This record gives sequence, structure tokens and C-alpha cells, in this order.
Amino acid sequence: MNNIKVKVKDLSLRYGTNLALKNITMDIPEKMVTAFIGPSGCGKSTFLRTLNRMNDLIDNVTIEGEVYIDNINIYDKNIDVVNLRKKVGMIFQKSNPFAKSVYENIAFGPRINGISQKSVLDEIVERSLKQAAIWDEVKDRLFNSALSLSGGQQQRICIARSLAVNPDIILMDEPASALDPISTAKIEELIHELKQDYTIIIVTHNMQQAARTSDLTALFYMGDLVEMNKTEIIFSNPAKKQTEDYISGRFG
Amino acid sequence: MDFSRINNKNKNTGKDIVTFNKKKFRFSDWFAEKVIKAVAFLSIAVVILIFIFVFREAFPIFKMDKKTSASTVTLVQESYGGSGTENSTVKKADNQVNNSNIINATDEKPSATLLSNTWMPVSDKPRFGLWPLFLGTLKVTLIALLFAAPISIMAAIYTAMFAKPRVREIIKPVIELLAGFPSVVIGFFALMVMATVFQNIFGYASRLNAFVGGIAMGLAAIPIIYTLTEDALTAVPKTFIEASLGLGASRRQTAFYVVLPAAVPGIFAAVVLGLGRIFGETMIALMATGNAAMISMNPFDSVRTLSATIGAEMAEVVFGDTHYNVLFLIGSLLFIFTFALNAVAEFYFKNLVIRRYQSKK
Repeated sequence: MNNIKVKVKDLSLRYGTNLALKNITMDIPEKMVTAFIGPSGCGKSTFLRTLNRMNDLIDNVTIEGEVYIDNINIYDKNIDVVNLRKKVGMIFQKSNPFAKSVYENIAFGPRINGISQKSVLDEIVERSLKQAAIWDEVKDRLFNSALSLSGGQQQRICIARSLAVNPDIILMDEPASALDPISTAKIEELIHELKQDYTIIIVTHNMQQAARTSDLTALFYMGDLVEMNKTEIIFSNPAKKQTEDYISGRFG
Repeated sequence: MDFSRINNKNKNTGKDIVTFNKKKFRFSDWFAEKVIKAVAFLSIAVVILIFIFVFREAFPIFKMDKKTSASTVTLVQESYGGSGTENSTVKKADNQVNNSNIINATDEKPSATLLSNTWMPVSDKPRFGLWPLFLGTLKVTLIALLFAAPISIMAAIYTAMFAKPRVREIIKPVIELLAGFPSVVIGFFALMVMATVFQNIFGYASRLNAFVGGIAMGLAAIPIIYTLTEDALTAVPKTFIEASLGLGASRRQTAFYVVLPAAVPGIFAAVVLGLGRIFGETMIALMATGNAAMISMNPFDSVRTLSATIGAEMAEVVFGDTHYNVLFLIGSLLFIFTFALNAVAEFYFKNLVIRRYQSKK
């Protein structure tokens, strides 16, 4: 097992008075793919969003507990959330490229970090697009609107965009749920490539996807972490009855 | 559902018998549809009729010959307060004829004076130069816009992007309430308070001028520009904001590099509609700009705007007179300008917004 990258201790989250996450404790290893599965509304996306403090944007959210990334508690008062999010990138369920050219989409991150030299930006754009395995498809239309691409391409543009700011961790919130099987396969292949260099945490509805892509799988149910283990074990020999029921399709 | 209206029930099953093999006439549906249709077309018809009326009244100015062009205004004004008997009218008519003969020997066609530099409709030798009015309107509009647009756009950026929900819930309705402020009250405030304060600060000569009027009209336009800008900013998809923040952009960077550029067409539309409001604003112009039709580039000189001219003079003009026609011409021009502005805002900018957010699939 690799080093622990993210360490979560007794994390609870409330929307108003509604308890959405209950005392979650888990360790997520470095440079591996960790998948969160579970039925809708079980808290897996909410949990994912606590890892880069995206929930701060929602009113009425109260969070207790600790999340350590590289041994730093990201819920400490002195944490710079802006820089945290540079280290912990996020891919959303619905691909959301800006209404700008492909080039400008990728260059946005470096630009807000103060890089303005054309040659440097060009290099970052090319590198990021190659890493996201979409360079060959868009190299001739870098200056066309990103919105003119297909859904799967847009999602890979979003991945490239987050790679351009050099994150350590990439959070993916159902990145392929709106895509067709071929695009999904490409994204999964990409996840496999990216785990050489990045710690990837992926939320998915699709259990086959979790089985195919991840090294570790965690099952959430009603705000609880039911079970977390190596993916092979979860899918072949789970410790809890509830897990077995869920993966065999008896509920959820 | 009201089953009492359906009496037919299948004896065996107890289900309602619903037949659909024959079209049924539903009076209330038909009535509602027709009435709504009629009302919709009526409102369009009214606008078109107003348009036609204003143009018809303005039109004679272009075909008027010298004979009818003479000013009768001075004479008529003299008749105010007179006996109003038939006798005096006849006499007046005589005077008009004599008078016009004298004037016409030297005067030019009134329509030819439209492009001159003097607006002097009430004189022996009337001149209907529209330039001072155009310039005055332009000056006031520019001042108002330069005042209102930055303030309202910045306020909108604040409430849409930075303010806490509780603060926004206070600020937004309060600014929007300003839209319901009667312009006569704003004009009154400008006339009594702002004019004096500004004169003390800037020390210019005429108390009522383009600057005071412009600021007051800006106040009237702020709620419109603010509301529409706020709408444009909040209409930017949340996913853009999340994407930007997720990339480690700060709130300020997100607001200015992501949300603002995406909302630019909507903000333009807001400014254009605010412009329309300022352009057509009459009461504030009448009360706070000093109403002196002169050509000057100084923002602290009095001005007379197009709309204020109509507001001030229409009540006292002689029906069918050149002056009357010219006022209608001004009205048509205002109509055309505001119509064009609104059309640009409505069709061009709104489409731009829609095209921006919808990805081609």
C-alpha cells in the first residue's frame, strides 16, 4: 500500500439540521484510484466536496472533524482555501468548460497564477491536453470554442484544465455519468494513466466502473461509511452483508 | 376531478365513459384563448397607432410652404386671457395674414431651420434648430450614464458575487424599490437639494444645469441597470463558478475573469435599457437641467433636452402650428431612438447571451 495522502477523522457534515455525513473516518493512499459508491443521496458527493472545501460555497453547512492532506488539517482556521484548491483539483459531473476557446480554458488556471508568457502557456496547454489524451483531437482547433466539442471531449478538456494547475489530488464527481460508453471508456483509460502521477478519488453510480477503474472502494449509505477495502475484496468477498446486498443489486 | 359532470358510467365496470371519437367544443377554453389573443393584439395595435399618430402630426413640417409657415405664436399668445369671442378670433386671423406676409418676405422655411443652432420657437422669426436640444440631451445622457452605469454595475457585482446572502436580501430589494420612485420626487430633490449642494462644491454659475440633471437622472436609471446587471450575473451558470474556484481561482478572480466576461452581453443590454430610460426621462430634465437651449460643451451650463422641450411647450403650443409639428417631430425622434435602443438590447444582446451558454450538441 502506498503512503497515506488523505486522512479523514470523525468527519460529520450538516446541511442546516440535516445530518448528511456521520463520523466518517478513512485513509486514502497516494497515487491510487479510490472509488466511492453508494445509492443517490448517500453522501458520497458531499464527502468528496469536503476534500477541497467546495462545500464552503453552500450556505448553512456545518462541518465537524478533521481532514488531513499531507498531514495538514484543511479545516484549520489558517488554511488558504484558494491554494488548497490548486492542490486538490475537481472534475464535475456535468462537464463545464468556460465559454472560451479550448486554449483559453486550459490557460485559465496558469493565468490566474500569474503566468502570462506565451511560450510557457503554450507548453502547459500542450502538455495538459496530451496528459488528458485529447491533444490529437483538438490540436487543430485550439482556438475554437470549447463548447463546440462533444460531451466526452468537453469532459477531457475539463480534466486537462485541472491538470494545468499541477494538482496532487484529482476529485472526480461522476465524471462519466453523462457520457456514452465510448467516451466513458476513454475517461476510464485516462484515469488509469493519470494514477501514475496523481491521487485520484472518484465518485460513481456505476459499480462496474468502480470495479474497473479503482484500487480501493468505499461504500456509503445514508451518510455512513459502510465499508472500505481493496476493490477486489469489496466486489468478491465483502465483510458486511449490506455491501454484498448493494453490489449484488439487492438494494440501491 | 369533478366527476359530477360526467353522468355516464359503464354499468358493468363502473368506469366513466369517455368518448374521444368526436371533437368536443369547450366554450371556456375557446373564450379564454380568443380573449387573450385579442388583448395581445390590441396592445400591439395601440402602440402602432400611437406611432402613426405621432408621425402624422410631425409630417407636415417637411411639406410646409412659405405661406403657412409664418409664426402666429406671438399673436396667439397675446390672445390668452382675451375675451375669446368670435369677433376677436376673426380679428386675430386678419392679423395673422398680414403678419405672415410681412415675415415671409424675409424668412426662410421653418423646416430649413431644423438644423440651425438656435431653438427659438416663440418669436417673430421662429427658429427650430434641433442641435442645441440634441446636444443637451446627449450631454445629460452621457453624464447620467457615466454616473449610473459604474455604480450600478459595481453594486450588482457586489451583491451577485461577494455579498453574504443576508446582506444581498437587504440591498437588492432596496435598490429595486428605487425603481418605483416617482421621477418628479427625484426631480424635486435635485431642484431643491442637489443643485445647491453641487453649486457650493463646484462653484459654477447656473444653479440648474446638465450636471445636476444628469446625476438626478442617473439616480433614476440606477435601479434598472442594477437589476438587469444582477440578473445577468446570476444567470451565469453556477458550474462556471465552481469550475473556476475548483481550479484555485480566488473569488475576485472568478468574479472578474469568469463571471463578468460571461455576463457582458447582459450587462450591455442593461446599460442600453438604462440609456433608454434616461433618454426619455422628462420630469427630472424639466426640473433640474435649467431648460436653456444653448450650444455649449460645458457640463455646468444649463441645457434643454428633447423630452423636456415637449413637456414644457406642448401645453402652450397652437394646434396645427409649425411649432406643434416640430414638437411632434421631436417626439418621433425620441420614439425612434428609444425603440432602436430597446430593439438592440432585446434582440442582439439577449440572443448573444443565449448563444453563449448553450453548447452546440
